[in-house]
Amino acid sequence: MARSSYVYVSYIRTTPEKLWAALTDPEFMKQYWFGMHCESAFTAGSPWKLVAGDGQVYDDGEILEADPPRRLVIRWRHQRRPELNAEGDSRCVIELEPNASAVKLTITHSVEREPSKLIEAVSGGWPKIVSNLKSLLETGAVAFTEAYPANQAR
Amino acid sequence: MNMAERRDVDLLFKALADPGRRKLLDLLHAHDGRTLNELCEHMEMSRQGVTQHLDILEAANLVATVRRGREKLHFLNPVPLQEIYERWIAKFEKPRLKALADLKRRLEKHHG
Repeated sequence: MARSSYVYVSYIRTTPEKLWAALTDPEFMKQYWFGMHCESAFTAGSPWKLVAGDGQVYDDGEILEADPPRRLVIRWRHQRRPELNAEGDSRCVIELEPNASAVKLTITHSVEREPSKLIEAVSGGWPKIVSNLKSLLETGAVAFTEAYPANQAR
Repeated sequence: MNMAERRDVDLLFKALADPGRRKLLDLLHAHDGRTLNELCEHMEMSRQGVTQHLDILEAANLVATVRRGREKLHFLNPVPLQEIYERWIAKFEKPRLKALADLKRRLEKHHG
């Protein structure tokens, strides 16, 4: 299979509307995404970028599908590390499904190559981001404030 | 911790408390996105047994499934494991990372 995918699932005790807002509001995002935030109108065809606290663009692309508060598909290309940029576009699908008292959040990140350094790189980040988002929505506090504490090489 | 959270944690640890299920997680860790047939090839048990173990792993949210055409692909979902890490391990790691960072700073100052 010439495709690399990772799938992250979390059940978050909130509503789809609140979760959608958390995924698209830059100020809220900074609290669980280690100071990073997305800039986009979050409508199909609009540009999308992931920006660090210092203004550097880490990744960019466009919104391929937006169906609030259910589904968001992002064409995602890394811009900082040449070897990851060389892999071209990846696809990030974010799905929200109400599930009893919680919302099932599924993030599927894939790229049409195997193996993929990009998918390897994001696989270290997504579990922390999703876990932080869950803590923040359920308890009002994040577990981690830094993605890579204390000078760890990135 | 409320009832629902306690139930999640119970499911998680019960799912991990079986060598067959841990083997399934190891197989997915080595290569994600496998079908039931691919997983069965590596397991010395009936297809039905593998299905039951996968159901328990899915209920604990350790395995996520994605339909692709007629196939159902299984993925290792690391999010609940990240939560274990944050709850019990992360606080021990921070001082260690700080110690390493301090050491680096001291050594670099020494040479500079």
